[in-house]
Amino acid sequence: MKKIFVFLIPVLLLAGCSSSSTWGWYVIDPRTENGWINVKFLLSGMGDTILISVIAAVISIVVGLVVALPALSERRWLRIVNRIYVEFVRAIPLLPMLFWVFYGLPIVFKSMGMNVPIDPFWGAVITLALSDSAFTAEIYRAGIQSIAKGQTEAAQTIGLNYLQTMRYVILPQAIRRILPPLANQFIYIVKMSAFASVIGMQELTRRANELVVTEYRPLEIYSLLVLEYLVLVLIISAGVRWLERKMGADERE
Amino acid sequence: MAQTAIELVGVNKWFGTFHVLKDINLTVGTGEKVVICGPSGSGKSTVVRCINRLEEHQKGQIVVDGTELTNDPQSVAAIRSEVGMVFQQFNLFPHLTVLENLTLGPIKARGMSRTDAKAKAMQYLERVHIPDQANKRPGQLSGGQQQRVAIARSLCMEPKVLLFDEPTSALDPEMISEVLDVMVGLAEEGMTMVVVTHEMGFARKVADNMVFMDAGEIVEQGPPETFFAAPKSDRCRKFLSQILQH
Ligand SMILES: Nc1ncnc2c1ncn2[C@@H]1O[C@H](COP(=O)(O)OP(=O)(O)O)[C@@H](O)[C@H]1O
Ligand SMILES: [Mg+2]
Repeated sequence: MKKIFVFLIPVLLLAGCSSSSTWGWYVIDPRTENGWINVKFLLSGMGDTILISVIAAVISIVVGLVVALPALSERRWLRIVNRIYVEFVRAIPLLPMLFWVFYGLPIVFKSMGMNVPIDPFWGAVITLALSDSAFTAEIYRAGIQSIAKGQTEAAQTIGLNYLQTMRYVILPQAIRRILPPLANQFIYIVKMSAFASVIGMQELTRRANELVVTEYRPLEIYSLLVLEYLVLVLIISAGVRWLERKMGADERE
Repeated sequence: MAQTAIELVGVNKWFGTFHVLKDINLTVGTGEKVVICGPSGSGKSTVVRCINRLEEHQKGQIVVDGTELTNDPQSVAAIRSEVGMVFQQFNLFPHLTVLENLTLGPIKARGMSRTDAKAKAMQYLERVHIPDQANKRPGQLSGGQQQRVAIARSLCMEPKVLLFDEPTSALDPEMISEVLDVMVGLAEEGMTMVVVTHEMGFARKVADNMVFMDAGEIVEQGPPETFFAAPKSDRCRKFLSQILQH
């Protein structure tokens, strides 16, 4: 009995070595046929990661503005509505919000007599947009508040109404304070889109998980996954810095 | 236009618990020029800002050209369309050219065509002597030029009344006269004007009525001849002696 044990230990150790305790880059070596298939499989999630992020960002940019405007009102109750939205949405962790939207929201719709199925794609988009909109709203608020009050007053004295004042006077000036942090926020969305994998969205992270299950090479596959996000985020960062330089240059003009 | 352009009757205003305007009574006839002076913090800006609802009064009555100023947005819009305002800090739109600053109101608020608005803007830029600056940004102009653009911007809305809140206080001394000259020109053409200023030379030249404010009250008002020669109150006498020293 004892002998069997002594014999088993090195066998178990060796077994471990041969599977995942050593390097095995071959799984994602594009020079081998199988490795290339795997790499293509991993990269194929890129499209959806980008698509989810872009759509969520666009929605967040619109919703954020709508949420920010009441914060700038003279009326207290409007400012309170804004505060409640921002504090509430900001407080909810992304994953529970994702579960709530994906599994819960269709039931809410159904109870109201509407049949609105939510697929993983839109579940992820809605959640990311919702979660991000609280931050976007704060960015708008800070940007708009940085514009001197005299600008609004001057606009009022030449007869512009509220929306015209925003559209032609305030937002064009605030945009250079708003755009760079907004673009920065896009990085947050891209990274958080990884959570979409848990509701079955076939984006970057989900692809990596699926490949790990079949290949059992987590180190190599997740390394590539990390690299994919890194490249994506670095490209966006470069874009943000370019935007900041451009906005800064405009301001000095 | 009615005989009385602006009428304030028993106007009171509070900032929180601070009683900033106390029973203000003031009548401005059509074509009349009223100059308001008084120490800093006495409520001059607040009076002027109440007339076009940049501040809200809590008690009393403000009537502009026969329309009472109430919380009704229509009354506010009606009165703002009659009343132009020139600010101490100019408040030009820095992201727009001079010409765009002038045409924004006529085009967006009045629905005027771009061509007409441009023609009108150029006409008023001539009037304030800077047609050659039309395509520059406000930031590229001197303070005096900026304030003249601001006056032209108000004029483009064809107001019946012009309010000025210390229009020359933010200017370097050598630029004050170019702005005052434009204002004297407007006065001579019959514009109804309410001017907060400490430029007493200008006041003597154009004012029909001088108003002295202190601590939220109108302490004294009257025609400039008697106002300057024989101020009735101590406070006014003291104030005048201080600012007329230089
Ligand atoms: N928005 C405001 N909130 C609170 N107090 C204010 C506000 N605006 C002005 N005040 C106060 O009201 C008083 C009168 O101000 P103002 O009308 O600007 O005086 P003036 O133009 O004569 O210098 C000052 O004491 C000022 O501090
Ligand atoms: Mg003032």
